[in-house]
Amino acid sequence: MNARIGWIAFNTFREAVRDRVLYNLIAFALIMTAAAVLVGQISIQIERIVVVNLGLTAISIFGIIIAIFIGVGLVAKEIERRTLYTVLSRPVRRWEFIVGKFFGLAGTLVVNTFFMALGLFAALFYVAHEFTRADLGLVVALYFIVLQFFLMTALALFFSSFSTPIMSSVFAFAVFVIGTFADELHGVASMLPGVSKALVTGFAYLVPNFSSLNVISRVAHNDPIPFSLIGLNTVYAMLYSAAAISVAALIFDRRNLK
Amino acid sequence: MNRRAITVVLAAVAACSLGGAVATAMAVERVRGEGLKEEELFLPSGAVLKRLSLGYSGLLADIYWTRAVQYFGELHHEKAVHYGLLYPLLDITTQLDPHLTVAYDFGSIFLSQAPPEGAGEPEKAVELVRRGIRENPKEWRLYANLGYIQALELHDYRAAAQSFHDGSQIPGARPWMKVMAATTAEHGGEVQTARYLWSRLFETADDPMLKQNAVKHLRAFQVDDDISRLEALVAEYKKRTGAEPASFGALISMGWLSAAPRDPLGHPYRLAPDGHVYVQSPAELPFITRGIPPGAEPAVVPKTF
Repeated sequence: MNARIGWIAFNTFREAVRDRVLYNLIAFALIMTAAAVLVGQISIQIERIVVVNLGLTAISIFGIIIAIFIGVGLVAKEIERRTLYTVLSRPVRRWEFIVGKFFGLAGTLVVNTFFMALGLFAALFYVAHEFTRADLGLVVALYFIVLQFFLMTALALFFSSFSTPIMSSVFAFAVFVIGTFADELHGVASMLPGVSKALVTGFAYLVPNFSSLNVISRVAHNDPIPFSLIGLNTVYAMLYSAAAISVAALIFDRRNLK
Repeated sequence: MNRRAITVVLAAVAACSLGGAVATAMAVERVRGEGLKEEELFLPSGAVLKRLSLGYSGLLADIYWTRAVQYFGELHHEKAVHYGLLYPLLDITTQLDPHLTVAYDFGSIFLSQAPPEGAGEPEKAVELVRRGIRENPKEWRLYANLGYIQALELHDYRAAAQSFHDGSQIPGARPWMKVMAATTAEHGGEVQTARYLWSRLFETADDPMLKQNAVKHLRAFQVDDDISRLEALVAEYKKRTGAEPASFGALISMGWLSAAPRDPLGHPYRLAPDGHVYVQSPAELPFITRGIPPGAEPAVVPKTF
């Protein structure tokens, strides 16, 4: 990563912190504390499952919301405040600006997830009184959640490169929902004949597959996650994010900012 | 780097990344197919799902119905012997939309049949279809389905006759429902009755899978009949000539057959040196009770009717 991208990323991170994005950690801490305290009283034998499901789901939802709502404003806000012109008047290329913004928000989400993960493990230790080898699955689930954030940030940037922040949020959220049902789309395609099968299959592969990145219920039940899936999901998220950012940079590069 | 070069590079990166992502997604699907797509329903309560659907339970029922068909179709294609999720999926579907009668139709037949053609759970099928009747009392076809399961799978002919009779009283019910009620009551255990039931099921079913299933049963009856007839001819040949026929050609030359006999799928029957007649591919002919070559497992172990 070149220095210019690094600076833009760092400034994006700093700005997110200034915008009190990390305040969601307080809400998360409250949820986990309440879950850890209450779960023992209302659940029998499934305390760990409840804490894992609730914790990972909260981390995922908080992160996706941040990725969408902060992501769609990354470029628009700079244009509105006219700070973009100051940045681009320096020897910074437009694609570097987009890539820097992506890494800045992705970094913010990684830091945010790290602190929430600490909270989750603390709550887990509180209810289970120990860590087991199976808890390593939580790390995989957290890693997949972070990959989801990368995808979502890239998509938010992509939509914001040609649309208004509100519409970009709607598009990004819609794609998230569709991507969550990617498996069902494949299932529907398998039941269709001829051209419609090819079309739906193509669409199913084109939308980001968020369902393959969601292993929350699996790790809650201590089901092992194959190493090959970890590798392939990593490659998938990287390539898909790269594609979305490249198109966003391409559109932004040709956009008339006057 | 000038602007044109940047555009070209970005476009190339986008195209390659997207192509790579699609290829990786296909690989991910294969890996998940091997290990991760295990049978589990994380929200098994239809009542809870109905509340969570915020009033959009109809749409959710359609999604679950699609899932049920997909689940059964995939496992059926793999000749599975365990359909653990079929009942829960149908149960959720019908709780979300109690008037989705196709789910009762489909479920009652495929839940009741023995694996791999079904889940082998006739009691649950009865439970499902009874709920369907409670929710849709004017659907005569649900009574017919109940009668089929009671007669064909549970061999409770009295109950089956009652179900057909009850269904025949509903306005719009087909006239043969009365015939079914009488036939099941009088000749419940006979093969001809079973054949008649499957023929009616074939005629009334709208769902292609249900129709196909009925066709498989009717083919099995045809094969059983063919084998009985052919083995009788072989026995007659031996009686007259004192030797087993070497092939069906010997029976043709006697004028008893016009051509080499074939099963309903078009495969020629095989005449063994000991005079028995076998089908060539028993796996393609589920539900047959005769003509299964020694050592071959029948595709479905049939129950005595």
